[in-house]
Amino acid sequence: MSYNKTASITAETINPRVKTFNYEPCGEIAKHAERLEEELKKNPGSRPFQEIIYCNLGNPQALGQLPITFFREVLSLCDNPTLLERDEASMLFSPCAIKRARKIIEAMPGRDSGPYTPSQGIKSLRESVADGIAGRDGYPSRPEDIFLTDGASSAINLTLQMLIRSDEDGILCPLPEYPLYSASIILHGGTMIPYNLSEDGDWGLEIFEVKRCLEEARISGLTVRAMVVINPGNPTGQVLSITNQEEIVEFCRKEGLVILADEVYQDNIYVENKKFNSFKKVARSLGYNANDISIVSYHSVSMGYSGECGRRGGYMEICGFGEDVIGAICKVASVTLCPNIGGQILTSLVMDRPKIGDDCFERFLAEKDNIQSSLVKRAKTLEEAFNSLEGVTCNKIEGAIYLFPRIHLPAAAIKAAKTEGISPDIFYACRLLDDAGIAVVPGSGFHQISGRNMVAGTWHIRCTILPGEDKINEMIPRLKAFHEAFMNEFRDRS
Amino acid sequence: MGRKGLDYEDLNENVKKVQYAVRGELYLRASELQKEGKRIIFTNVGNPHALGQKPLTFPRQVVALCQAPFLLDDPNVGLIFPADAIARAKHYLAMAPGGLGAYSDSRGIPGVRKEVAEFIQRRDGYPSDPELIYLTDGASKGVMQMLNAIIRNDRDGILVPVPQYPLYSAAISLFGGSLVPYYLDEEANWGLDLVNTRQSVAAARSNGITVRAMVIINPGNPTGQCLSEANLREILNFCYQENLVLLADEVYQQNVYQDERPFISARKVLFDMGGPISREVQLISFHTVSKGYWGECGQRGGYFEMTNIPPKTVDEIYKVASIALSPNVPGQIFMGLMMNPPKPGDISYLKFATESKSILDSLRRRAQIMTDGFNSCRNVVCNFTEGAMYSFPQIRLPQRAMDTARSAGKEPDVFYCLKLLEATGISTVPGSGFGQKEGVFHLRTTILPAEEDMPAIMSSFKKFNDSFMEQYQDYSKL
Repeated sequence: MSYNKTASITAETINPRVKTFNYEPCGEIAKHAERLEEELKKNPGSRPFQEIIYCNLGNPQALGQLPITFFREVLSLCDNPTLLERDEASMLFSPCAIKRARKIIEAMPGRDSGPYTPSQGIKSLRESVADGIAGRDGYPSRPEDIFLTDGASSAINLTLQMLIRSDEDGILCPLPEYPLYSASIILHGGTMIPYNLSEDGDWGLEIFEVKRCLEEARISGLTVRAMVVINPGNPTGQVLSITNQEEIVEFCRKEGLVILADEVYQDNIYVENKKFNSFKKVARSLGYNANDISIVSYHSVSMGYSGECGRRGGYMEICGFGEDVIGAICKVASVTLCPNIGGQILTSLVMDRPKIGDDCFERFLAEKDNIQSSLVKRAKTLEEAFNSLEGVTCNKIEGAIYLFPRIHLPAAAIKAAKTEGISPDIFYACRLLDDAGIAVVPGSGFHQISGRNMVAGTWHIRCTILPGEDKINEMIPRLKAFHEAFMNEFRDRS
Repeated sequence: MGRKGLDYEDLNENVKKVQYAVRGELYLRASELQKEGKRIIFTNVGNPHALGQKPLTFPRQVVALCQAPFLLDDPNVGLIFPADAIARAKHYLAMAPGGLGAYSDSRGIPGVRKEVAEFIQRRDGYPSDPELIYLTDGASKGVMQMLNAIIRNDRDGILVPVPQYPLYSAAISLFGGSLVPYYLDEEANWGLDLVNTRQSVAAARSNGITVRAMVIINPGNPTGQCLSEANLREILNFCYQENLVLLADEVYQQNVYQDERPFISARKVLFDMGGPISREVQLISFHTVSKGYWGECGQRGGYFEMTNIPPKTVDEIYKVASIALSPNVPGQIFMGLMMNPPKPGDISYLKFATESKSILDSLRRRAQIMTDGFNSCRNVVCNFTEGAMYSFPQIRLPQRAMDTARSAGKEPDVFYCLKLLEATGISTVPGSGFGQKEGVFHLRTTILPAEEDMPAIMSSFKKFNDSFMEQYQDYSKL
């Protein structure tokens, strides 16, 4: 005899927060593309294209970007340390990789990449990260403020879990946003407070707009705890000016907000006139120390020139939280024991890279420059291609790895979308996939249209710049042909 | 000037309340002492490689090649790596377009999930669907994801064994649910007592709790008991009657040190039972590369398999997996290798089999050494470690010891463990970290210290314990 028939897990009885959020980069288009792949395998001639070009996910190595040799040499040696004792190692690996692997292995519990490490990450690896940060910014960084994590996403999730007590806690997030933020905030039961970036102002942040959102939120009874800033931006690609950053620092300091600085694209900058400046650096240059303002900065090995997404390596640097708060973070981190060791090692390598004088420096530099210059080239090529399309305007890509063009859809297309019961940008993206084999993410996945502050009827897609140069050359004519046909099909005939 | 962003008081309440004793007070104290130069033997967490267990050769060779695929083009590679390791590296690289550096499918590489399904089929004799197997960064993350999906509010209860591995209490706490304890019976070899379990459920329900799921850990942690087939049937029937999801933590399935009760998976028993029960009981099974004889804790490789979960629910669980993008790829490859190890006839088979057997045989011996060692101590009674990696002796503390502890503001078992640590450098976890009956105290230690160090460790423990008992002896008894 059963007591309570509704208790088992079904879509109805699952945690409602899980049902509420969406994470579009792995959402509808990705699933649609999977089905299309199956179809193409079964019937190779069934579509006007041979293969799908994936521009939906920031996944560089899946699209042919090569890993940095030095990084992989060190990782390989760390996983197979008995090799370090054999002379043959020098036949296969560079001397500086052997040297670095030895140094890292010495610091591991049990001298092996197998054990759980301390939950915050291995100390000497955090020291490398801290030194790297200090070298980058010109201001000191402490290993005890650094948490190595399974990718930046894990760190962001952990931070939001700490900050959110109830749905009365609000977190300011940019719109368009990287939807990890909305998903995490929902999962932890908080409230997202969107602030719109200004498309006409190159996706810049206007502080009076942020202030307005903050005040409205407070009037409605919310406690605003933190402000998320993504710099360089995802999906929007802007790099904040120092003035902007200073405004943000002053604003957050005055309002008692924690700055959550998502800086994972700091090594992806494509314009001469902009440079990456960490929020910590900007705060310190204004004379503010950890007692004046709290900043959590996130970085990752997934992007930049390393592109090591599958490794799940990253860190957060926490400045301005008391020791008891850090203790609480350690406690929560300890429940899943530790971040994966390969990710920890790789994070330390990215922050403590080969230097002039190291035997592998030249090869390292050549590989890095090759990747970065290719990204600059691809960014420019794709940006021009989108801007050449009828009714499409694309902001200049300054950083990160995405283009976010705006498509001015004709009324007939919007109507057709409504008839199918889907958002016009999804309609366009599906057709782009079906007719031209190009997978992008519809702009609504980045929640660009804020309920309160509707920028009515603007549709975007997010397209990465990651396919290889030859694939991009293949892609552009397909894109142009598709778009022309689409516009002709739905042209306003008045 | 505005006030600063974050004080301890302003943290999420659930975070403030959560406890995870495995890396709690004892561990922190041990780390402090280590920094001061004291030699510490860490037996707080099941971390084999940190205590000298060597990794298996074959998987490390394969993963090392996958990390640096340019090695495969080097003419010298065959001098250093055996041909089957080279072939296997190519096999995994072919499954992972983009190699180890690319995000895989959020559920894990399809080819690896297929290897997991094939392993399960060979183990249990029933087919398994790779689509219902999700790879995760360690089993712990999988457990967190499932509990996050199940728990809606503080009126949702999860049945958890006491003593338990405190991931469960911590996760339930973090997600704002209610822990409904069911006590294992120490006198009956830590066996399950369904009468007691039913009582717990009834009590919870009368308090307005909806009991949603039941956790079993088999083999048990910290208790080590291996469930019999009859036990598993009882549990499955119980879950069927009470409409509970069964969360079967089977991470220690390779660690079995007696022959009366070999490991049987909950899924096998469920399907053996047949009929409506086999189609209706919802089951999530967890496994990992961290334990067994592999011990690859730091790689963070695990999976969960879903049985009888409706497709729409699977879709929602997929969503939760997708925001973390993908589990780490090297960890996935370790899982593939564990599920699909070298076979007789393979070049590396003999070495692999020898290494594995050596580790398992040694673990079996160490389980016995430790149990016997504890039982030879005054006021200590220890059930045999039938499986897993821990010993959980009961320490019968004299009243004076308990009083002294309490006046020092400490739980008696914490007090004892701290004294043990300071005297001998042996870092354990007090039983209160796992839950125990009121007034009954334990500590958990692993059986992982090297076999040659065991006699010295047990003798050091005995010396401390017997003199502690002498010191706090109840003189009224003399």
